[in-house]
Amino acid sequence: MMNKRFVSLWFRHLLTDWLTLRRPELKPVPFVFASPVRGRVIITAANALAEAQGVAAGMTAADAKAIIVDLQVIDDIPGQADKLLKALGEWCIRYSPLIAADLPDGLLLDISGCAHLWGGEKEYLKEIVIRLRSKGYDVRGAMADTPGAAWAIARFGKVKPIIPPGEQADALIQLPPVALRLEPLVIERLQKLGFYTIKTFINMGRSVLRRRFGPELLLRLDQALGNIDEPLQLLHPVEPYAERLPCLEPIRTATGIEIAIKTLLEKLCIRLQGEGKGLRTAILKCYRVDGHVISADIGTNRASHHIGHLFKLFELKIPTLEPALGIELFTLEAPKIDDVEPEQEVLWQSESCGLDDTDLAELLDRLANKIGAGSIHRYLPQERYWPERSIKPAISINEKPQTSWRKDRPRPSILLPHPQQIEVTSPIPDYPPMLFIYKNETHHIKRSDGPERIEREWWLDEGEHRDYYQVEDQDGRRYWLFRSGHYAGSQAGQWFIHGFFA
Amino acid sequence: MPGAQKDIISRLQKDILLWQGFTPPLGCKTKGIGLGPLESAFPNGVFPTGTIHEMLCPTYEHAAATGGLIAGLLTRLMQQGGVCLWVSMHRQLFPAALASYNVEPHRVIFIDVQHEKDLLWVMEEALKCEGLAAVIAEVREISFAQSRRLQLAVENSKVTGFLLRNDPRKLGSTTCVARWQITPLPSQPHDGLPGLGFPRWQIDLLRVRNGNPGSWKLEWIDGNFIPVEEEKTVQIDLHERIAG
Repeated sequence: MMNKRFVSLWFRHLLTDWLTLRRPELKPVPFVFASPVRGRVIITAANALAEAQGVAAGMTAADAKAIIVDLQVIDDIPGQADKLLKALGEWCIRYSPLIAADLPDGLLLDISGCAHLWGGEKEYLKEIVIRLRSKGYDVRGAMADTPGAAWAIARFGKVKPIIPPGEQADALIQLPPVALRLEPLVIERLQKLGFYTIKTFINMGRSVLRRRFGPELLLRLDQALGNIDEPLQLLHPVEPYAERLPCLEPIRTATGIEIAIKTLLEKLCIRLQGEGKGLRTAILKCYRVDGHVISADIGTNRASHHIGHLFKLFELKIPTLEPALGIELFTLEAPKIDDVEPEQEVLWQSESCGLDDTDLAELLDRLANKIGAGSIHRYLPQERYWPERSIKPAISINEKPQTSWRKDRPRPSILLPHPQQIEVTSPIPDYPPMLFIYKNETHHIKRSDGPERIEREWWLDEGEHRDYYQVEDQDGRRYWLFRSGHYAGSQAGQWFIHGFFA
Repeated sequence: MPGAQKDIISRLQKDILLWQGFTPPLGCKTKGIGLGPLESAFPNGVFPTGTIHEMLCPTYEHAAATGGLIAGLLTRLMQQGGVCLWVSMHRQLFPAALASYNVEPHRVIFIDVQHEKDLLWVMEEALKCEGLAAVIAEVREISFAQSRRLQLAVENSKVTGFLLRNDPRKLGSTTCVARWQITPLPSQPHDGLPGLGFPRWQIDLLRVRNGNPGSWKLEWIDGNFIPVEEEKTVQIDLHERIAG
């Protein structure tokens, strides 16, 4: 098993730094956030200038104003720290995929196996801290084998920020018990008994510690030392099928994006192939230098792990990916995975009538990704007489007809989506009219077949039945007309044209 | 002597056709597409597959007749397996009608696009796909350059393409192998039965590359194109013209 490594980031003035970034005029001013609690206004966060003069979170605003006369008091924004940490966590995703917000003022990064990409742990931590400081956040970072130890060193460490693997116990014993993330009540009790550093109680019997300070102290101690695992509440749960590609230099060109997509697809597809699976949907996310995330997604008709094909689908989307100042990190996720059907044998080709063809499936994927899957239709027969309902859209490319296509009743090559009313003259019962007028043209009916009565499906809709006639006019043009309802003399509005025969 | 000259000329013609990409049929047993005498209008007397045909359908009636003819051709083209793509913006073809031409409608995939430019893109992509039997697109306007792109696409894949031109005012020159117009004709009662006879069309080949334009009358009877009797005279005329 790989040795786990964690980074803890501590934003010492998270909220005030954020406000200073938004309102630069506050930079030289001591200010605090405060919110009313039971009739008193309590300070929730103070900036560095205010802290330097002795104002700290937990004081009442009135007391603080006595210390600093021109102190600015700003209403606390509930939930803001949570939101900020999430945004900062998103930004940090370029350093590691496993990020957890560590309320109220920190982040925890699982960086196992990440640091070497930046040339070592020292450079890695330096890079993160310098980048965050240049953004305007007063941040301290530390690295250790456990989240607990990293947390403690980030906040209370005085010697060095990187604790080499396995040495967290030595580093921890110098620190005060508050570095163990304990409840205030436990800390108070420890201090009352004179335990000012962890060293003083770490070697005491476990049962003694449990009896005096509760199970929490032991849990926190074990977590910090690495005796038990501490699961993180990740911002992004890990997709089982995902690949990432951090770039040392930001990518700005379409060619660069192409190479990145190809590299990611290769990694992912080799894995899928090994497991006999293929992807149905994939999402490419590009993390830009300016903090924005742009993404493109593709979908396939059939599960596929064919790199060339999937790349073609993404290729159509590359023009929509605006790299701006550059892309630092690419991730490729495959949220939907299916088993790949084994290639059809040539033996079955005639039976499959070409719909199982891989080239066809890939063509349809390309079309669907460019013009939308809703533009592609295929129809299956349906046991219905009502012409509009005699076909139904196929759900998938492989769906086979349940019934056979009927050939015994003539159906026109062109069916109007809505029957159009026509004017007719001298109709007689059970016969089509002598002539009809459609689009200002008079058609004399020379020959006709019919009627074919089609009843309405009364359980679906109400209305008259239709008596369909197949007619041919003086020029040999063939039409499908119908009379709606029973014969009613020369009553207008009964006749419709519904189609054209070949 | 004149016989020898004829030999030379016909051999030269065959060579030219070969250079232009028309391969002569392998052996004499090739069945053809079933259009009967009409096929003599084409180079080597064979309906050219793997190219693009242009069909004029200015009215619904023409479109319906063209739909019938294409369905009849699809029967043959889809015999070797492979599906057909029908690309259009405002589709009117009724899929169920294909069944009466022995084409299984579920083997036709309809692509309904929103924009004209997507239409040609879809057609080009589809024509490049080797597994397909045919691609049919209802196109209003196409430039010479665009038709050339389509022609290049089919040259490798050997897919047959049909362009249905529903706006005759927008006709320009294209690289299509033939320009057709199919007009419905009055049907003849069959065996003295009342009502409509078999579908009958007048098929005009307005333009044929390296071939002979002309006019034919065909009927669709029981899954076959049958030349209408009186059509023989037209054919004789044509042969005379070829000879002359």
